[in-house]
Amino acid sequence: MFAAEEGLRRLADFPFALLSWVGGDGYPNSAAIQPSIDAAGGRVTFGPPAGFEVPLGLEISLTGSHIRPLPGIGYDQRRHVTVWGHAGRVKDDRLSFVPTAAWGWDEATIPFPEYVERQVGQSRRYLARLSTERGRTVRPQLSLGWLTLRATRLPFLSATFIPVLIGIAIAAVHGFFDLTSAILTVVGAAAVHLGLNVANDVFDAQLGADDQNVNPTQYSGGSRVIQYGLVSLRRMATISAVMYAVALGIGLVLLLTRYSPALLIIGVLGILLSIFYTAPPLKLVYRGLGELTTAVGFGPLMLLGAYVVQTQGLITPEAVVASLPIAILVAMILYVNEVPDRSADARAGKRTLPVRWSRPTVINAYLGSVALAFLIIGGGVLAGLLPIPALAALLAIPLAMRVYEGLQQNYESPYGLMAVMAVNIRLHLVVGALLLAAYLLVIVVSWLALDLPLFVPWR
Amino acid sequence: MYRTGQEAPPLACLRKGVTLDSTVFLANLEPIHGEEATMSWVPQPVIELIDTALVTEMTVARKDGRPMTYPLIPLWDGERVLMTSSILFSRKCEHVKDNPRVALSFSDPVALRGLHGRATVQGDATVIDGDPHTDWERVLPLWSAKEPVILAFLKARVAFPLFFERSVISVEPRRVFYWPDGDTSRDPQVFRAAAPAERAA
Repeated sequence: MFAAEEGLRRLADFPFALLSWVGGDGYPNSAAIQPSIDAAGGRVTFGPPAGFEVPLGLEISLTGSHIRPLPGIGYDQRRHVTVWGHAGRVKDDRLSFVPTAAWGWDEATIPFPEYVERQVGQSRRYLARLSTERGRTVRPQLSLGWLTLRATRLPFLSATFIPVLIGIAIAAVHGFFDLTSAILTVVGAAAVHLGLNVANDVFDAQLGADDQNVNPTQYSGGSRVIQYGLVSLRRMATISAVMYAVALGIGLVLLLTRYSPALLIIGVLGILLSIFYTAPPLKLVYRGLGELTTAVGFGPLMLLGAYVVQTQGLITPEAVVASLPIAILVAMILYVNEVPDRSADARAGKRTLPVRWSRPTVINAYLGSVALAFLIIGGGVLAGLLPIPALAALLAIPLAMRVYEGLQQNYESPYGLMAVMAVNIRLHLVVGALLLAAYLLVIVVSWLALDLPLFVPWR
Repeated sequence: MYRTGQEAPPLACLRKGVTLDSTVFLANLEPIHGEEATMSWVPQPVIELIDTALVTEMTVARKDGRPMTYPLIPLWDGERVLMTSSILFSRKCEHVKDNPRVALSFSDPVALRGLHGRATVQGDATVIDGDPHTDWERVLPLWSAKEPVILAFLKARVAFPLFFERSVISVEPRRVFYWPDGDTSRDPQVFRAAAPAERAA
């Protein structure tokens, strides 16, 4: 609903209007007319359609409706508006009314995905009514596969696989490799990540952040399975608990078999950070610490955790330096994904950096952060801490520039940002994959006993 | 008529994410009202308007008497006008359940793709939502003929799960007002459905 004056102004843009009323026989009726709209004066006058008695004193409406046919596809440019009022007779049998209420939608101002999100409450009410009518619970459905993918946000697991595999690869370069513990590390880290994703939805639902968000995208705004009624809050909490239990179990096995104080500290810190990322009382992401938490968790903790499992406690500068660009780029995934969520986050008291900072600061901080990530890679190679082939990761700089430019162009458009977010995720993936490939090359060269200088010599 | 409890054929090809062959699976879907379609009393030019229109404006009466108008895609099954509505936009279905009398307007020359006639169809509506997940799939053959892109959207059902939980609104025409040249300042031609006794005879 919006103001009647606004409705009248919008109605004036349509080439004709549909007059609707409810007849004496109880049936609604409608016919196209050409109204004279005085938007400034807030009044409509029109000649009634021939052969009909439009009721005076009862509520009637005028509707404008438009679409553009797209042959072979469907249509676009959907917009409609309805204004209501009570008709009175003016001279020459013409009728007139002053609109008192208006309602409508224009996909140019409210994109369809946002319009859909705004209607989620209505879908809940309708399903509740259906459940009452049927005498059984009627829920929306998705196949188990799609539901699992959506509820756990499975594709984001790349953020775990990259640092863990790099950590294992660096350890192998340093002469440590145990296949069983490597597999357990990957599975355990993935379980923590999935537990975190689901817990994040649970706490955001409880704290209202996801409910407030009417601009979710496939990369932001949570999985929304709770909001859509696809999975209950309790079931999501159970899934999260099971994931953490799996991670904890694997962690204990690794501690017993690969014991080191460093692994214990990293494991405990990792699980605590992932839980208190959204969970009270810390709610780190609500306090502007989500980006830092993500950087630490999906950078040093994941990479060094995987590294110390293999080395049984050894931590080296090489592993620390390798974790830093990954940490920065994964934090930038969250950071950019928070841009379209910032209004809803602000309403829910989630004080992320894009909520706290101005648009230029957010965009410039992105540029500075990714530049730092690439500088660390270049510097790490020059210092002999990263292998020379790691310089290939600099090939991803154009992706970073695309994100930077995309942020400038689409900052206010959640759906325009979708492509930008996708490129940003690819940036992390490409840099991570190239770093991993660099270490794999070192392993292969070493295995083949080739005499190739793959580190800057003063190392 | 629609048979309650009847299972809709599964759209296995969609659910497995396999490339969609619309001609195969659409041909396997049963009409939502069965196959006993008879000759409609609705005049042919009006059927042509219904068949052509990308959008109709459905007006329903709210409990307090306020007319509520909603744009919907009209689909003609030979006897009735069928429309589908997501549960997201289901308030219209609630109104129809409270008062099944509706009016459908076919008025916009753009939505009518160049046809200049206009018509209003009054009728009695039924909401078919026994299973909002699958019941509506039986109107897909008619729907996709007007909006082919819907089949591509359906493949990405995971992205808009609530959009594809839908009801079908089936309108049995009772009276038709028809303006052959679209000029509503002239009296319309009026057509009525035969009374039940006449139909029985």
